[in-house]
Amino acid sequence: MFRKIVFIFLSLIYSVEKSYSQDYFPENAGVKTSNQPYNVFINATIIVSPDKKIEKGILIERDGLVVEVGKNIEIPKNSILHDKTGQYIYPSFIDLYSNFGIKKAKRAITRGRSSQYNPNREGFYWNDHILSDYNSINDYSYDPVKSKKLREVGFGIVNAHRENGIHRGTGSLIALSDRHTDNYRIIKSNSTEFYSFKKSINSAQSYPTSVMGAMALLRQFFLDIEWYEQKSSNSKDISIEAAIQNKNLPKIFESGGRLNLMRALKIGKETNQKFTVVGSGLEYLDHKRIKSYGNTIVVPINFPKPYDVSDPELNEKLSLNHLKEWNQAPSNLSVLEENDIDFAITSKGLENISDFIQNIKKAVAYGLSEKRALMSLTKIPAKVLKMNQKIGELKKGFYANFLVTSGPIFKKESVIYENWIIGKQHVLAPNDVVLNLDISDEDLLQYLEKAENAGYSVEELKNVAKFYGLSSEEIKILGKRLTNAKKELELKDEALKKIEPKKKFPVLPITYPNTAYGFKEKPKYSNIVFKNVTAWTNEEEGILKNIDVLITNGKIKKIGQNLETPKNHIELDCTGKHLTAGIIDEHSHIAASSINEAGQNSSAEVSIEDVIDPDDISIFRSLAGGVTTAQILHGSANPIGGRSAIIKLRWGESDEKMIFKNSDKFIKFALGENVKQSNWGSNSRFPQTRMGVEQVFVDYFNRALEYGKKWENYNSLSKKAKGTIEKPRKDIELDVILEILKGDRFITCHSYVQSEINMLMKVAEKFGVRINTFTHILEGYKLADKMFRHGVGGSTFSDWWAYKYEVIDAIPYNGPIMTEAGVTVAYNSDSSEVIRRLNQEAAKAVKYGGLSEEEAWKYVTLNPAKLLHIDDRVGSLKEGKDADLVIWSDNPLSIYASAEKTFIDGKIYYDSSKIESIIVDIKLEKNKIINQIKSSIGKGQKVQPIVSNTNKEFFCETIDK
Amino acid sequence: MKKIFLLFFISQLLVTGQQTPGSGQYESILIENAIIHIGDGTVIKMGYVGFQDGKIKYVGGTKPENKYDKSINTNGAHLYPGLIALNSTLGLAEIDAVRATRDYDEIGPFLPHISSSIAYNAESKVVESMRMNGVLIAQTTPRGGIISGKSSIMQLDAWNWEDALIFKNVGIHLNWPTPYTYKRSSNGERTIEKNKNYIKKVKEIKDFFKSSKSYLPNPKPINLEYEAMRNMFNGNEIIFLHANSSKQIQDGILFLSSLKIKKIVLVGGIYSYKQKDLLIKNKIPIVLKHPHNLPSFVDEDPKIRFRNAKKLVDAGLLVSIDVSGSMERMNSRNLPFYAGSFSAYGVDKENALRMITLNAAKILGISGNYGSIKVDKSATFFISKGDALDMRSNILEYAFIDGRKVSLESHQTKLWKRYLQKGRNNKNKR
Repeated sequence: MFRKIVFIFLSLIYSVEKSYSQDYFPENAGVKTSNQPYNVFINATIIVSPDKKIEKGILIERDGLVVEVGKNIEIPKNSILHDKTGQYIYPSFIDLYSNFGIKKAKRAITRGRSSQYNPNREGFYWNDHILSDYNSINDYSYDPVKSKKLREVGFGIVNAHRENGIHRGTGSLIALSDRHTDNYRIIKSNSTEFYSFKKSINSAQSYPTSVMGAMALLRQFFLDIEWYEQKSSNSKDISIEAAIQNKNLPKIFESGGRLNLMRALKIGKETNQKFTVVGSGLEYLDHKRIKSYGNTIVVPINFPKPYDVSDPELNEKLSLNHLKEWNQAPSNLSVLEENDIDFAITSKGLENISDFIQNIKKAVAYGLSEKRALMSLTKIPAKVLKMNQKIGELKKGFYANFLVTSGPIFKKESVIYENWIIGKQHVLAPNDVVLNLDISDEDLLQYLEKAENAGYSVEELKNVAKFYGLSSEEIKILGKRLTNAKKELELKDEALKKIEPKKKFPVLPITYPNTAYGFKEKPKYSNIVFKNVTAWTNEEEGILKNIDVLITNGKIKKIGQNLETPKNHIELDCTGKHLTAGIIDEHSHIAASSINEAGQNSSAEVSIEDVIDPDDISIFRSLAGGVTTAQILHGSANPIGGRSAIIKLRWGESDEKMIFKNSDKFIKFALGENVKQSNWGSNSRFPQTRMGVEQVFVDYFNRALEYGKKWENYNSLSKKAKGTIEKPRKDIELDVILEILKGDRFITCHSYVQSEINMLMKVAEKFGVRINTFTHILEGYKLADKMFRHGVGGSTFSDWWAYKYEVIDAIPYNGPIMTEAGVTVAYNSDSSEVIRRLNQEAAKAVKYGGLSEEEAWKYVTLNPAKLLHIDDRVGSLKEGKDADLVIWSDNPLSIYASAEKTFIDGKIYYDSSKIESIIVDIKLEKNKIINQIKSSIGKGQKVQPIVSNTNKEFFCETIDK
Repeated sequence: MKKIFLLFFISQLLVTGQQTPGSGQYESILIENAIIHIGDGTVIKMGYVGFQDGKIKYVGGTKPENKYDKSINTNGAHLYPGLIALNSTLGLAEIDAVRATRDYDEIGPFLPHISSSIAYNAESKVVESMRMNGVLIAQTTPRGGIISGKSSIMQLDAWNWEDALIFKNVGIHLNWPTPYTYKRSSNGERTIEKNKNYIKKVKEIKDFFKSSKSYLPNPKPINLEYEAMRNMFNGNEIIFLHANSSKQIQDGILFLSSLKIKKIVLVGGIYSYKQKDLLIKNKIPIVLKHPHNLPSFVDEDPKIRFRNAKKLVDAGLLVSIDVSGSMERMNSRNLPFYAGSFSAYGVDKENALRMITLNAAKILGISGNYGSIKVDKSATFFISKGDALDMRSNILEYAFIDGRKVSLESHQTKLWKRYLQKGRNNKNKR
């Protein structure tokens, strides 16, 4: 209490100080003196930099810079001496990611229900969300209130910018000094560029509507910069020019989430941009991959607040992954340190900045070294800013930005006394012994009298006054405020107690994924002989009864009678069970963070591979239904959709490792009501009719051909000749369309009625393209002969109809009729619910249309494999193929059958016999963490509402929220 | 020869024509050699069902002595009572995305005076597609609001809604408010909190019930809404309580039973197993949400909805299946497979069948006439080549409603036959 009182005294002293102005400015308020005294700090433990400590050292400051630091240094005569015996001096902190003092962007007013497809601005890039020309200094004004809060937790400099846009333009480096003007505070007006995946709010331009769209936009923008630099035409683009000018600035990417962090790293690698990426605080889950990129990560330390666990019924809905994150997140920084990942720490996301030091201390309690903590707040951000010769350390010639603390800064009980910024003292807590001040006894007594009336003991106050030598005027003013001050401090003390976590809990192990049903250890090869099983081979042999199937190291090794069990193989008696190839879903929208890029009528530039969400519970639920592979398709918001991802449902692996290796690549096209936007009110985008849809394809195919020719011409030139002409602009979207025309990429087209299906085949034929698959294809039965002649497959629903007008003639006999015509037919789900029981959907082909069971089974295994061009590796039981298998309790087409075990690459990803005990484990683990939360919640501490991952259901029409 | 047969086939098709309801039963019929699934959990392994004037006259394992005008030898096919779809909106909308065709949700919070029966579209192409899977009776139910209105029981082969009616206004549908609300947090996650308006909403219900109850003894001038509650209060109509969470179920049942309401049926009941004791004590049947639904939360058993029925059936509760949900009308034809799925996860086959036959009839109060194969009950049943709960073998050969042979054709089968023929003709040409 004693020390804090004085803190208030001193902050008042500064308010009467003359402002510190620049030396070439005229001075009309008094005389212009320039000979400032030195500030000399003695007897302190000086942390010059995280790896250099001087005991009982001397630090000399003048004009805002470190003049000298060391042990045996001569002290200049005109010095103010600060005796810091027992205290520590640290370089003050730097926040790489801040919006300090920058006015927020204004939200654009949107008119009507239709989306806006064009930009607001002219003379700039075609997309309003690229604001590379923006400099936040234009919207900057110093915010003393926030500055004080930041200083109190140790910050000296922040890298401020406007949080708006995908390219956010540049930020500015601001020193948090109340005692300077902006002429000094602005250390750099153009410090770094900022990027994100979020659109600018001051334009309603629709594109991009998704993260994958934002990724594509950035890729294209970087290509356009390259092109612009060498182009000869006269057209101007202010955004690109600004980006060229700022090329060498450091680049900071706010990723906005755990999966997006990896996406930002990916984009950076592809475009050769060295992004410093702002993360989510959950980096411990991906440290291996983060490390492999080698970027510096800016890590927030807004650890999850405890959840409101007061209602038991609600607690059931609280997801295990959130509970685990609450338990694990404090260990994030120590995990990053252990794995030697470069990271800086930011105050971003903290509701109360005052929690910052508390949380760093918490991270230290969870294993972060104090040295690394300090580095991540000083040297590393300085390096990112390319300012490591000026800030982040206390070497000679560096900014005199430093903290004076009561002890090692991250010790639990340590207090920051002072925050010196550009050589000016800002006192946070009292400690200073200033030796050259004098005070008369009379004043002191007067002060003491008043203070005593306010309820302080005489002894306490005498000491204070003696220590801090106050002027009589100061004492008079302060006397009045003492009572209030005392109350305020008591409240603050209480608050501090509440913030501080009472306990450190053992960190729970990570699972793969780190959610319910995650694996403790990733599955390994199961080398098995399935004995006496009924095997649905999907090959000439048909359904083999009482057969043995041997799998070794992920492959089907042998199928035969009475197989011997090789060494290191397990024998599994499968009497009465059925063994099949894993189910393949040709049309799914699970496991993705976004599905539609709806901002334009073509979005060939986006790719679902960019946005795979490997933690989606739908993956596990699908495994429980015997699914092993799925094509994750872009939605049907536009005639030319995005590229799709074919994944194996390797639950627990990263997005990258889920991608089906070396497969052919596909793209989604779409026809009908969705692309016409018939059912959602918007009516300004071309096309609005099926007539227009045709023209979109014709247009894009033509343009891609033209584009291809341009490049062909260019590439055929000699090196010398190339130098004389303008290099064509690289266009990702047209590159993709060109791939289609060259036969390097295959079309899966969302389709319903026969007219449009026929149309697309004709358009494709004109351009020498074969449509690979019509998906949905509900009227395929009406022109199955034409489909056969074109050579296209049909991936349809078993029996959906009546949900919109264009499905009015949908029939459940569609599949069998197409089959009879020779078309390769698959049944797909397009639903995270149906995908779990595609075996039953296949059975409907037996009911409707009388297909044999063997053929019906191929509808969800071999046929979709054929449509995806992966039937050489999956889709049937054949020696040499991937061991993607399912053991069924019964005939897999039977309603009474369930998947008992699901294998991918010979590894068990789902085992029904274990589910019951897993569910018990989930409950126990949740209870354990809930009890931890209960015991951690101090009186009056803020809690957050229950967060539940409910079902994320994507259909063709789903747009990112 | 083949061609001639096909021509005959097609002309037959045109004569019987889809959408034309079967005419009355003018001759007595004996079904021979069928596996008879009675609907009450029992089976006659090889037996006979005789019916006349729309009523079942004989059920047994041996051939009856009485003469029948006509006999149908099924050669070991399966005979089932007509399946009953509860809490359906069949006939109340045709195409989901076309607003003009939607007639199931009136505006307003308390609409007990609304009756679904008169909006029922007997010509619906969705309705006719039920029959080919054995769904012959449906409860058509209005949606929305707090009290959505009254449902009626329809047979699915009729010229018009009056013709279709088995029972008009069987009960009132009360949607219990949700005690929890979902919000989206700043970082896009869904958060759940207690619904601050829950108590207020519940009070609105209580007030409405109280007001209508006090209105009833002196109904002048007439108040349509309150008046429509009369039959429910005097026990002639059922109250269908739509509730899923444990708290909703508990609060709803405690409230309704405190008013001494006799006929309470729980609809949805996803978490009703948590209130088993309360349900048993109050003898409340459950129309359980069908299993083709995802778990509500990621941590839940991936198969939780499939396992739901067993928990309730084992507790001795009267359980049927609620067909409502995503694409509910067209998917109502999957009702037998919903039952089959419940069977795959623990309910034995005949009990699973019972859920959608006798249990459903009991819940609706029509078990005196429908729901099982018993003498003197309506001859409403179908014959399937195989196990009707399994999609592979749910292949209907005959269906009868009140003894009338009904068409198994639909818009879908018509198109099927047309285009199958088109394809085959093309092939012959080649």
